[in-house]
Amino acid sequence: MNNAKERLVNGLFKENPTFVLMLGMCPTLAVTTSAMNGLGMGLTTTVVLALSNVMISLLRNIIPDKVRIPAFIVVIASFVTIVELLLEGFIPSLYDALGIYIPLIVVNCIILGRAESYASKNPVFSSLFDGLGMGLGFTMALTIIGAIREVLGAGEVFGYHVMPASYVPVSIFVLAPGAFFVLAGLTAIQNYIKIQGEKKGKDMSKIQSGCNFDCMNCGDMGCGKRTAEIKVEEVKNEESKIEEVKNEESKIEEVKNEEEKQEGGAE
Amino acid sequence: MVDVKELILLVVSSALVSNVVLSQFLGLCPFLGVSKKVETAAGMGGAVIFVITLASAVTGVIYKFVLEKFNITYLQTIVFILVIAALVQFVEMFLKKFMVGLYEALGVYLPLITTNCAVLGVALNNVKYDYDILTGIVNGFATALGFAIAIIILAGIREKIEDNDIPECFKGMPIVLITAGLMAIAFCGFSGLL
Repeated sequence: MNNAKERLVNGLFKENPTFVLMLGMCPTLAVTTSAMNGLGMGLTTTVVLALSNVMISLLRNIIPDKVRIPAFIVVIASFVTIVELLLEGFIPSLYDALGIYIPLIVVNCIILGRAESYASKNPVFSSLFDGLGMGLGFTMALTIIGAIREVLGAGEVFGYHVMPASYVPVSIFVLAPGAFFVLAGLTAIQNYIKIQGEKKGKDMSKIQSGCNFDCMNCGDMGCGKRTAEIKVEEVKNEESKIEEVKNEESKIEEVKNEEEKQEGGAE
Repeated sequence: MVDVKELILLVVSSALVSNVVLSQFLGLCPFLGVSKKVETAAGMGGAVIFVITLASAVTGVIYKFVLEKFNITYLQTIVFILVIAALVQFVEMFLKKFMVGLYEALGVYLPLITTNCAVLGVALNNVKYDYDILTGIVNGFATALGFAIAIIILAGIREKIEDNDIPECFKGMPIVLITAGLMAIAFCGFSGLL
């Protein structure tokens, strides 16, 4: 039971997929025009995440290592299709509001990332709670971002007026650019916390900012390998540049030495 | 026959008005991750145009002649994602073998696109709006063109702001997101075009 609690806390706070790891940004920005949409998207993703974690954990000893990524994708895509059909049948309003972003849950890197990094190595029970924790963390983050955008952009939360009547809604926050601005604010806060923590000497390496070549976590091994190669190339380029500079410096020194010798000879 | 005028309108609307990154938020990872230099951004843009155009053609054909024929359209998500993943692998092998020049230009970026949501998004949109195969290909090309335009502009701006004095906690991702937000406002202006 302790393990389950630990996984939930981990997903909600310690490794919150949105606020700490910055994974799955596309749906985060796209569907958070209101708190309600954020909540709906979050819960939909939670269901898929928990179910696929359970299934992958059950199959973890059967799936051959080489084809595990396609196998994971098929499992995830099947659950997404099931959830999509259920939503269409039972909650059509949410289905219409989320639209194309429901099938796109398949490519949400949180789900593939958890499958690869947790569910494929751990027993069913803790995988289930890992999925639930991560999913609820994602839901919480989406609801908060949605609420911020709704308050600023329409003066409402979950459709209820919360701002005084004199407040003029800044409608840009419910439009596309607002999503970028809110996320910029959040990442700035995250950076601030990270900088403050590092000043105090805490280990802040878990906090990541965006998919900025941090896709190592998203489980797509091809992508991870490639980005690593790009990084290695960049490092190599820089090293060769440094060597060039060093060579030039040593040449300059040689020239100087020779000049000094000549001067010495002239004297 | 498909109306040429309608196709041109579709290109403008997909590439500029409802830009894939700035108003639909698809393909954000490469948009933010590979936009440090104009050169790499252009490479990524080229690879995305290539893959999305090809993928919308292939998924369009598969949807029409396999899924609709056997009445299993509800399997579209599973089929599309597998087809796209396989297609990218295949394209990479093909280019490596037969078109070395193109492979050297785009090769590094191809695997990065496998799980890019923009590719799947375009395929699903084509189905959602009932586009026929030709319209679907044009839509795919235009959407990818919009992505390329956006990522090259962003890379250009990022090269400029590199030297600027930015508050400590806004360095890195936050300033890039603000830039993207301002670009999104600018792209909102295109909605007057149609």
